[in-house]
Amino acid sequence: MSSTTETGPRNTPFEKLHERFGGQMVDYAGWNLPLRFGSVIEEHRAVRASGGLFDVSHMGRLRFMGPDACRFLDRVCTRQIHGMSEGQCRYSLVCNEQGGCRDDVLVYRMESESYLMVCNAANRDKLIAHFAEHSPDFDVSIDDQTLATAMCAIQGPRVMDLIGGVSREIPALKRFRFTIKDLMVIKVIVSRTGYTGEDGVEVILDAKMATPALEMFLKDFGENDSMVRPCGLAARDTLRLEAAMPLYGHELTEDIDPLSAGLGFAVKLDKGVEHPEVGGFIGQQALQEVADRGPARRLVGLLPEGRRSPRQHMQVLDGDRVVGEVTSGCLSPTLDRPIAMAYVDVACCSPDTSLQIDLGRAKVPATTCELPFYKRP
Amino acid sequence: MAIPSDRRYSESHEWFRVEGNIVTVGITKHATDELTDITYVEMNPVGTDVSPGGAVGEVESVKTTAEVFSVVGGTIREVNETLGGDPSILNEDPYDAGWLLKLEVDDASALDGLMDDKAYEQLHG
Repeated sequence: MSSTTETGPRNTPFEKLHERFGGQMVDYAGWNLPLRFGSVIEEHRAVRASGGLFDVSHMGRLRFMGPDACRFLDRVCTRQIHGMSEGQCRYSLVCNEQGGCRDDVLVYRMESESYLMVCNAANRDKLIAHFAEHSPDFDVSIDDQTLATAMCAIQGPRVMDLIGGVSREIPALKRFRFTIKDLMVIKVIVSRTGYTGEDGVEVILDAKMATPALEMFLKDFGENDSMVRPCGLAARDTLRLEAAMPLYGHELTEDIDPLSAGLGFAVKLDKGVEHPEVGGFIGQQALQEVADRGPARRLVGLLPEGRRSPRQHMQVLDGDRVVGEVTSGCLSPTLDRPIAMAYVDVACCSPDTSLQIDLGRAKVPATTCELPFYKRP
Repeated sequence: MAIPSDRRYSESHEWFRVEGNIVTVGITKHATDELTDITYVEMNPVGTDVSPGGAVGEVESVKTTAEVFSVVGGTIREVNETLGGDPSILNEDPYDAGWLLKLEVDDASALDGLMDDKAYEQLHG
């Protein structure tokens, strides 16, 4: 267990960096993390314009090893893991029997019989218990490497050019591919993935090496240092919201299925059909039923009039009728207007439907739109 | 940013400055730091009667929406309209240019029980 209730939030391996750059620290899922370093909107715009660096060491990192590692992951993941090649990452959901989301994760295919899963910080203990419950019939060992490792995301349109100065291999990676680099004596996993809607990488490395590696990395950028600025959790949230990437606890919960969330691409409903040696996954039957009858509500974008931002749990109305609920909302720094995601009854969720959002003090008109709000050029 | 000594502070991070029967209300630097970048400010309109402890408006940031309360009751006589056009003034200058509204009050004694700058700084400096 990573319980820290008695000692307060845990520091990440990058704590000295947060201090150096003056991060405003908050307790996020038991971790002491920077909410921001300066203006959130400026951090957000820096990532859209050039680059930003995020400490994401709080994310869970679980290693699966053994002859049944792949078969086990196919049991707990909605996406097919069988057939992944070494150096490939796949986004997947982990579901409960009812098809609700236990978490959304990224699975890395390492060397044979070895996989890495990156999960949400707040769900790590829950997932470890879930996997322990379902693994006795599988020859797989599960090792929680979260505390032994660090993770950061470097995101933005200039990032690949800058990395090109130290590595030719990394900028040649395709999206959702990774490589293991020896940076001097430091072994790092670098994947072309992210959670901002921009190009960039996520880097996993030994916790003890985190600060020296990053200092080396930033030093190598030399005068271009300012091209990648440190960013906090607040900018990470507005960036992912513009890119319509789901945030667990908002767009995804134990009661929300991935099909309603628009994540059908990550659900292999016919898993086990093509490759009978791959068994079905937990929640498959429930999700097949959702697919057969169609979701009752879908995740849509909402563009409210005015300058006020909808917030989680605010009601979406069609006249007097409640037809949905907001999951996330903010004033989009890129679009300079409020945006929101919401689950809305399928009858009202086609694009350009005129609805209202109850903001508490007032009801404002809002139009449904397709997601995402922002796509990188 | 120094916490001004010419006003009183509530536990919910509003400040109150008394001049005769007018009380100017704002929120503290600690509050604006917690909110992060402020994106929208809406105070109740001029002429609204406010009961002691009542809400006077809302402040929104990229992160959250927060209600603003007045410890003292009165009538709203003026609202800082410049914040509508540029809410970031509230982040930059919460104690001066970022004031929120002015209340006309009959009795400002409810403010006597609030913290002075030193007490507030000890709690949230």
